[in-house]
Amino acid sequence: MTAAPVTEGAGPVVSAHEVTRRYGQGETAVDALRGVSLEVRPGELVAVMGPSGSGKSTLMHILAALDRPTSGRVFVAGQEVGSLDDTGVTLLRRRHIGFVFQFYNLLPMLTAEENVVLPLSISGRQADRDFLENLLERVGLSDRRKHRPSELSGGQQQRVAIARALVSKPTIVLADEPTGNLDSTTGHEILDLLRAATEDYGQTLVMVTHDSHAAAIADRVLFLADGRIVDSLPRSEPAEILAAMNRISP
Amino acid sequence: MTKVALRGLLGRKLRSVLTAFAIVLGVAMVSGTFVLTDSIDSAFDAIFTEVRQGSDAVISGKAAFDLNGNAASSAPTLDESLLERVRGLPGVAQAEPQVNGEAQLIGRNGKAVVFGGAPNLGFSIANGASRFNPLTLVEGSWPKEGEVVVDKSTAGKKHFAVGDTIGVQAEGPVVRLRISGIVKFGSVATLGGATLAGFDLPTAQRLFDKEGQVDEIAVASRSGVSTGALLAQIREILPPTAQVRSATQQAAEDAKDTSSFISFLRDFLLAFGGVALFVGSFVIANSLSITIAQQTREFATLRTLGASRRQVLGSVVVEALVVGALASVTGLFLGLALAKGLFELFDVVGFTLPNSGLLFETRTVVVALLAGIVVTLAASLRPAIRATRVPPIAAVREGATLPESRFARYRTPGSAVLTALGFGALVYGLFGSGLGTRQVLLWLGAGALLVFFGIALLSVRFVRPLATAIGWPAARVAGVAGWLARDNAKRNPQRTASTAAALMIGLALVTLVAVLAAGITSTFRNSVEKLWGGADYAITAQNNFSPIPTSAADAVADAPGVQAVGNVRTGEAKAFGKSFFATAVNPAASTMFRLDWDAGSPEVLASLGANGAFVDNDYAKDHHLRVGSPIELTFATGLRRSFVVEGIFDPPAGGSPFGKVTISQSTWDRFNENPRNLYSFVRMRGGQTEANQRALDRRLASFPNAKVSTREQFIDNQISGLSSILNILYVLLALSVLVSLFGIVNTLVLTVFERTRELGMLRAIGMTRRQVRRMIRYESVITALIGGVLGIVLGVVLGALLVARVDFIEFAFPTGSVVVFAAAAIVVGLLAAIFPARRASRLNVLQALQYE
Repeated sequence: MTAAPVTEGAGPVVSAHEVTRRYGQGETAVDALRGVSLEVRPGELVAVMGPSGSGKSTLMHILAALDRPTSGRVFVAGQEVGSLDDTGVTLLRRRHIGFVFQFYNLLPMLTAEENVVLPLSISGRQADRDFLENLLERVGLSDRRKHRPSELSGGQQQRVAIARALVSKPTIVLADEPTGNLDSTTGHEILDLLRAATEDYGQTLVMVTHDSHAAAIADRVLFLADGRIVDSLPRSEPAEILAAMNRISP
Repeated sequence: MTKVALRGLLGRKLRSVLTAFAIVLGVAMVSGTFVLTDSIDSAFDAIFTEVRQGSDAVISGKAAFDLNGNAASSAPTLDESLLERVRGLPGVAQAEPQVNGEAQLIGRNGKAVVFGGAPNLGFSIANGASRFNPLTLVEGSWPKEGEVVVDKSTAGKKHFAVGDTIGVQAEGPVVRLRISGIVKFGSVATLGGATLAGFDLPTAQRLFDKEGQVDEIAVASRSGVSTGALLAQIREILPPTAQVRSATQQAAEDAKDTSSFISFLRDFLLAFGGVALFVGSFVIANSLSITIAQQTREFATLRTLGASRRQVLGSVVVEALVVGALASVTGLFLGLALAKGLFELFDVVGFTLPNSGLLFETRTVVVALLAGIVVTLAASLRPAIRATRVPPIAAVREGATLPESRFARYRTPGSAVLTALGFGALVYGLFGSGLGTRQVLLWLGAGALLVFFGIALLSVRFVRPLATAIGWPAARVAGVAGWLARDNAKRNPQRTASTAAALMIGLALVTLVAVLAAGITSTFRNSVEKLWGGADYAITAQNNFSPIPTSAADAVADAPGVQAVGNVRTGEAKAFGKSFFATAVNPAASTMFRLDWDAGSPEVLASLGANGAFVDNDYAKDHHLRVGSPIELTFATGLRRSFVVEGIFDPPAGGSPFGKVTISQSTWDRFNENPRNLYSFVRMRGGQTEANQRALDRRLASFPNAKVSTREQFIDNQISGLSSILNILYVLLALSVLVSLFGIVNTLVLTVFERTRELGMLRAIGMTRRQVRRMIRYESVITALIGGVLGIVLGVVLGALLVARVDFIEFAFPTGSVVVFAAAAIVVGLLAAIFPARRASRLNVLQALQYE
């Protein structure tokens, strides 16, 4: 099957079909994913939740084309990831995927603004000035653009990272525990910002988290346990999400 | 704690091996030098002893003063009549005369047979069967009148057999002699590539222009007569111009020139080994600093577990000790291979060194190991002390870094002072009065060491501006990979500076050599252009500098078209208690030169007569000479004569063909045996034409050691000798550049390791492997070029300083060489990046991202 071209509100931008991932061999083999299928539609914000070892990080790495499934197929923006070599996968990430990491991963010798435009620089493109200004304004860094990461707080660094993920207008942004390293107030600001990215820019976003408050901003919450999707909720309150979590890992 | 250190070492095998490389090469150079020179020395000793084996005493001519070993002057000969008187002594059982000199064999192609720079030995064999003859006959018979024996190696290589005729040239033109036999010297295959030509006594006397004379008499005592008694008996009858030595003393005397050359060679090569070790110490200090910074948390954890500062210090030092010891042992044996390789290399270029097996002395082992280990330990001290400053709290902090040293704020002024002190020592060594050669070298060495240290420390300040400037084109051309590389190079200036410093040292020395070479070349050219007067051609030795028999110039004198031949004779003489190079000219020479005269006029050259002399202005100043002053010269023959100063000239900066004192050729020839020309200059009708050149060449055909050159050829020939010396220096200094290349590799590997997560992020957001490789490559080139720029600037400054001191060199900027060196720095950067860049590009993105 070949994926249909992506159009607004139409087919999925990212999809996984019966994906498994096994680490190691023989007796000591670990099955991180045991057959996961999912589809992410354009403009959707999906949260993936699950206890430690449920396979949520593995799932995200595979969706991000950083890791390859043992079996099953993954499509990103209409391309099957499994058919690409290293350069192909790199170019796919460059064009279609934005990242927000738990530990920000900014380059210490670059200013905030230079860090933001890094994905464009890597692909040899110029930033759209208006969009960049708008973005910096939106993440609240207009007056700190010349600062280096060491001069910024954790929350500010994560804002830089979010702007960096959005700057190339990727098909999908993947966020790995974006609030995992922040206090709850700062965490809330970051979550608001991610939600706003979907609302304002129509950005498709998949977030891995184990924080029910974070998952509460999602349009859809998927619950993973033992390498399988075991439950799913539409947009919900933190309490409902917590209840669902407690059901799958008492 | 030792266990922790050793485990750590095993855990970082690759880094430890790379670090060790920095020392291996230096140690190999040291041990290789010892093995090589010890082996040559012992082989030559064996030869010299073997030559005198059959003798108990040797009588030879005694020069009036110690000769420099230059072929231009020789000790006086002995009168043949002495032989019979020696034979008549009661203690003497046997005595044989010998005549020797340089005898050039001519190959079948008419060209002189020369192997490398080895000598062409000619000598008489009075009695082939006598105990004094160290040669053995391989084939044929000992030479009779008009015959020659040649060595097996030459005969083999040049396809000569018994019964063939071969051209031989000694003092006069080439003569053709029949080969009566092929000989071999003792047990060795060849005497360092020397050609041997043995004649009977009358033939040798004729060839060497020593009729009725001999150079040596070898004596064997009657049984029961002690050597002491024999020497005493001989001394009774010796004229003042002769001396007698026991065979052992004579062998030591024969070996003197060779052993002083070998000990010079040893010191020379050791100096380069020392430079390589010095550069290596920078590499080691830098590698350890980086590993220690990366182990901050480890050290802190050890401290929280109760390790004392001393134990932390100890663990770093033990690590260094183990690396140093392993590297030194490796270097020691690599040196053995190096010496073997050099022997073979010399063999390939024809300069076969006598080799009676490689000598691996205890001293070699001790010195090489000690040098390697001490340098490593010394280099590890600073990083080790820094490691002790890691506070235990760093164990629980994210992103803990090493605390700044208490003295950090004194670093810049401190290193400025160090640099200033270094330059001070250099200036004192160069311009200080009353310093001996040893002291001068000591001051210069210490000064250079301080300057290198000081600039290396100071260079932290230059890293940012230099990286910005050097990285600019990279950032323009290569986009993100270029500007990230530039920013990475600026990120830890300390690290970049110390990595670059290692290369800086090598390039500074190379540039220094180039500055001196450019200075010598341009000064020499200017001098020749200034001095060259009415000559069209010069006649010199094939090697451009050896004095040649005067018969060559005489043969040219009546060639068609020759209007005048001006000779410059050269040799040693002594005046005011010191020997020096003196020269002599014939009247025709007066038109060949344009000298500047402080006193006197160009006519002085033509009117020196029997007792006129002219001197250079420095010599005149030193001995308060004026026109009319008397000067008494003693010649090598022991003869003396008083001269009157008739002119004082001012030689150009690049020197002149004239010695301190110049007299007339006719007087010179009366007071010296076998005079030699340094150069002869020829003026011809019609100037430089092909016909004239041919006429001269035809006359010199029977003097294969002489050649004709025009002014331009003369200049180029003289300079070409310099360029082969330069090449040797460059090769030796390339060793330290190689060491610094390993330093860059090491730093890059450690840096890549340190930035694993960053590289993972860059790959995740879309950087291709190619871009990663490029980024590392540019960082490497930027680092190398920082070292290159600093090194070249420092080299030019040091060179200018040296040139300012040396009277006979004027400063000239070696533009071409500097461009080549800058390109070399880029190549070093590119080579150093290959391996680290590959590693960086092959990182597993997922693991890199999760890496902590």
